Amino acid sequence: MRGIITFAVFLAVWWAVTQFCPVPPYMLPTPQSVATALVAQRNLLFDNTLVTLAEILLGLFFGTLMGALAALAMAALPPVQRWLMPVLVLSQAIPVFALAPLLALWFGFGMTSKIIMTILVIFFPVTASLADGLRLTEPGWLDMAAAMNASRFSTLCHVRLPAALPSFASGLRVATALAPIGAIIGEWVGASSGLGYVMINANARIQTDVMFAALFVLCVLAVLLFTIVDRTLRKLIYWAPDSQRGFS
Amino acid sequence: MNPCPSLHIQNLALHYGGQIIFENLNLTIQSGQLVALLGPSGVGKTSLLRIIAGLEVPFAGQVTASDNVPLSGRIAYMAQQDLLLPWARVIDNVMLGAKLRGMKPDPDRAMNLLERVGLAERAKSLPVELSGGMRQRVAIARTLYEERPIVLMDEPFSALDAITRTKIQDLAAELLAGCTTLLITHDPMEACRISHHLVVLTGAPARLGAPVEVPGIPPRAPDNLLVLQTQAELLRMLAQ
Repeated sequence: MRGIITFAVFLAVWWAVTQFCPVPPYMLPTPQSVATALVAQRNLLFDNTLVTLAEILLGLFFGTLMGALAALAMAALPPVQRWLMPVLVLSQAIPVFALAPLLALWFGFGMTSKIIMTILVIFFPVTASLADGLRLTEPGWLDMAAAMNASRFSTLCHVRLPAALPSFASGLRVATALAPIGAIIGEWVGASSGLGYVMINANARIQTDVMFAALFVLCVLAVLLFTIVDRTLRKLIYWAPDSQRGFS
Repeated sequence: MNPCPSLHIQNLALHYGGQIIFENLNLTIQSGQLVALLGPSGVGKTSLLRIIAGLEVPFAGQVTASDNVPLSGRIAYMAQQDLLLPWARVIDNVMLGAKLRGMKPDPDRAMNLLERVGLAERAKSLPVELSGGMRQRVAIARTLYEERPIVLMDEPFSALDAITRTKIQDLAAELLAGCTTLLITHDPMEACRISHHLVVLTGAPARLGAPVEVPGIPPRAPDNLLVLQTQAELLRMLAQ
């Protein structure tokens, strides 16, 4: 409900600006013309949305998988932690977006370079959140597991990993919010399809209304994706403090 | 016929960063008895327990069992918090030890234990749905599931309200009867009610006082005159 009101107010302000300020339509189109473009270009938008969505989902999947494996390797083998963590932190000093042209050069204009871009954007939050969660297990649980003669591996599987999942979930939420950015940046640099491609194309032809329509679709996609991931994580990781149920 | 060995603590010493926590500490817990250990905070009670449990390495001295079998794998440890895993159902928490050792869990035995602590209907609940007293009862069931002859308890009931605590003390004393048990507590009443005898650890470096005997068989009633008298003595001793 609050979302709808916010959206309505936003539309009203937008409409008022186009109506009462001397802004040319190629700078800021009216909400009506964007809606018209949305309907008129629905096939183009739909096809390219599917491409971007596929890039986001594949990037999320592989980025999460690789990040989780890296964090688990660091937790299981201390030498990996000592070597990998500084590299990871250092890698964050490189602006990932600066790599986008390079990725297009190496992996072509197809989906691969966008998926890799998305993986690069989300790898760090995923790895760091799970690694933190695995490192900060409640010491009492570790003592108890030791007193029960649990092996290191068994403690990792049955105590440290489930205990780390709430922290991992926060990393996944950040990753879900970042993934569309990775895919779109990848498309801006060089692509033959996708919402980012539509935006760049429309921009070059001064079809600002189409550009806004693509932007709108992207926003809806990002919000939907985040909501679905957030709800699912809350349901799956029911013991996280922010999704706690119970009587007390 | 008692399969539980007695526990011998000999010349135990613990140093922390050059500071002597305790030295030449000697204590024997007779087979199947419950000994309560009292003392002010920071005196080294928990460290002593952790050494016995094998979670910490002493500076000197040793802990042995009367049957000369190594202690590893024969000690159950119950901490101040219930340490229930929030993602596991009550019954899975009880059987956690088996799962962690890669052994086949025994749900029948777990159910039996839950019945004895009065929580059979809550076997499928999650820990978050239980009250503090219920959670601590599950922790007792988990400790008993381990079937260890030696039980170490670190203020297991201190977070409970007075009435729940009294009930759970009785339950623990009844269920742990026969195990060789060392109980750390801040509560003189608890020590007087459920221990066979009790010792006080005080000072820096800490020293063990002479064992205090409470007449009668535990668990003793809270209004037992001898319990009240010993409790008063203890309070005087601890306040010094």
